[in-house]
Amino acid sequence: MKTITDYFEKAVSENPDKTAVSDENTSLSYNKLMDLARSVGTALASMGRKRSAVALFLDKTPLCVAAMLGTAYSGNFYIVVDSKMPAERIKMMFSTVSPAAVITQPELEGTLNETGFSGKVYFIGDIIETKPDNSVLEAVRAQITQTDPLYCLFTSGSTGVPKGTVVSHGNVIAYTDWFINRFEITNKTVFGSQTPFYFSMSVSDLFSALRTGAELSIIPKKYFAFPIKLIQYLNEKRVNTIYWVPSALCIVANSDLFKYAKPQYLEKVLFAGEVMPVKQLNYWISYFPDVMYANLFGPTETTDICTYYVVNREFDAAESLPIGNACENCDVFVVDENGKECEKHQEGELYVRGPFVAYGYYNNPEKTAEAFVQNPLNKSYPELVYKTGDIVKYNEYNELVYCGRKDHQIKHMGYRIELGEIENASTAVEGVLSAACLYNSSADVIILIYQGKPEENEMLSQVKKRVPEYMVPGKVVKISSMPHNSNGKIDRVLLKNTYGVL
Amino acid sequence: MEELLEILSQVKPGVDFEKETELVDSGILDSMAIIQLVARLSDEYDIEITPIDLVPENFNSAQAIYELIKRLDD
Repeated sequence: MKTITDYFEKAVSENPDKTAVSDENTSLSYNKLMDLARSVGTALASMGRKRSAVALFLDKTPLCVAAMLGTAYSGNFYIVVDSKMPAERIKMMFSTVSPAAVITQPELEGTLNETGFSGKVYFIGDIIETKPDNSVLEAVRAQITQTDPLYCLFTSGSTGVPKGTVVSHGNVIAYTDWFINRFEITNKTVFGSQTPFYFSMSVSDLFSALRTGAELSIIPKKYFAFPIKLIQYLNEKRVNTIYWVPSALCIVANSDLFKYAKPQYLEKVLFAGEVMPVKQLNYWISYFPDVMYANLFGPTETTDICTYYVVNREFDAAESLPIGNACENCDVFVVDENGKECEKHQEGELYVRGPFVAYGYYNNPEKTAEAFVQNPLNKSYPELVYKTGDIVKYNEYNELVYCGRKDHQIKHMGYRIELGEIENASTAVEGVLSAACLYNSSADVIILIYQGKPEENEMLSQVKKRVPEYMVPGKVVKISSMPHNSNGKIDRVLLKNTYGVL
Repeated sequence: MEELLEILSQVKPGVDFEKETELVDSGILDSMAIIQLVARLSDEYDIEITPIDLVPENFNSAQAIYELIKRLDD
């Protein structure tokens, strides 16, 4: 077995009639999903292109999964485009990857036309009607290797120019080997999927499901605004495993939802993508002490995750969760400013090596060369490793602790400060639901933005009790609701544009 | 009501909130807009909107939202 579709077919043969992917309206069995994917694959293969991009401009539905697998069957790689994305930004992505084809749905045709895309366009409803041609698919399969790209995933990047990380079949297989084993994913697992398919976190639950015969149940986004319905949905689908962004877990905690309704089947709660505030995690633990909680950490460039921590002791609200240790078949190390390995508890930049590490950025040799570099600790043979830009250190338990982004590290009053530390102290304040910290470098002012009960003066005096003098924010802004981006994470770009300018 | 319409137009500009009766069902207010709106209403009217009241029916029209506020304010 070499490709993700080979592993998928093994799961199909063992679980032909089990549900593979479902949402509110539809549900596809493993057999049906394979049939549809092979239809898509046959149609795409007729273009005669190999290792080219196919853009999936689709809502998050089971059919989108069929299009993803179908693209893999055709020997090409997919990019998933947010169906809400404005034409201008799609244009930027398209100019980077020059898709051979776009698969879309009729409602989105107008936006697609605005992008000026002139290549082949398929409608998902039509392309799944293609008669699968085994000889075509076999011919493609004979030429694919495990190092071929499976998808290219765009991350926004603070500069505004999106970068497309190229991830291979081999990356996803090595990565999901760890995920499946560590979290015991089997055909009894039902995932409640929160993250969009254009976000790296979705790779974990989607592909570990498709390899094991598990079910991926797509949660309609609107249920996060109507949380009782969310719980009803989780119970109806018998969801036992969730892998969400902390902001989604916080919605539940902040509305004291479990006082009104409780999920009945929950076994594992995994999270990644941003810092999980301990106060809200403790809310979950107080209602579900026997559930497994794990903090996962990593960038798109290491497929999804490189280190993780399974919560095994109590934390109080002012502490932060460690990011733990490297995943199986992945290695991480901490490097100082001179490219030397750090001393035991010294802060440094996190590097990742091993088979989770992606190829680099599509059509972007400059950005690739900055982040995918020769292992600074290996002078003997070529070995590319990924430089995460994250500052970490080891704690007394020999677990890694996240200190912040290298580019969020600021110099203020002569001190090197991690804005994340101020955020941590702020979310720990009684009545605070969410907090984010910015730095205006031209004015040298730290700005704290938060949502919650305390008034600004009270908030400032609470924060003063928790951080050293030089970390006290120069400006405190109370807002009625923290903005979130399409992945569900706190929208820092928007905050910066709104409150970062003084 | 005036005040509520003002808040609504800040959360989601360019919608005729006096007429629309399917704000949630037709997707005019998405989940993020609802979450924002709920936070604003709790703040402005000093009310507690619990999960029990967070159902689409209470947010489909300005009238429905207005009645929810009145009920919670009592």
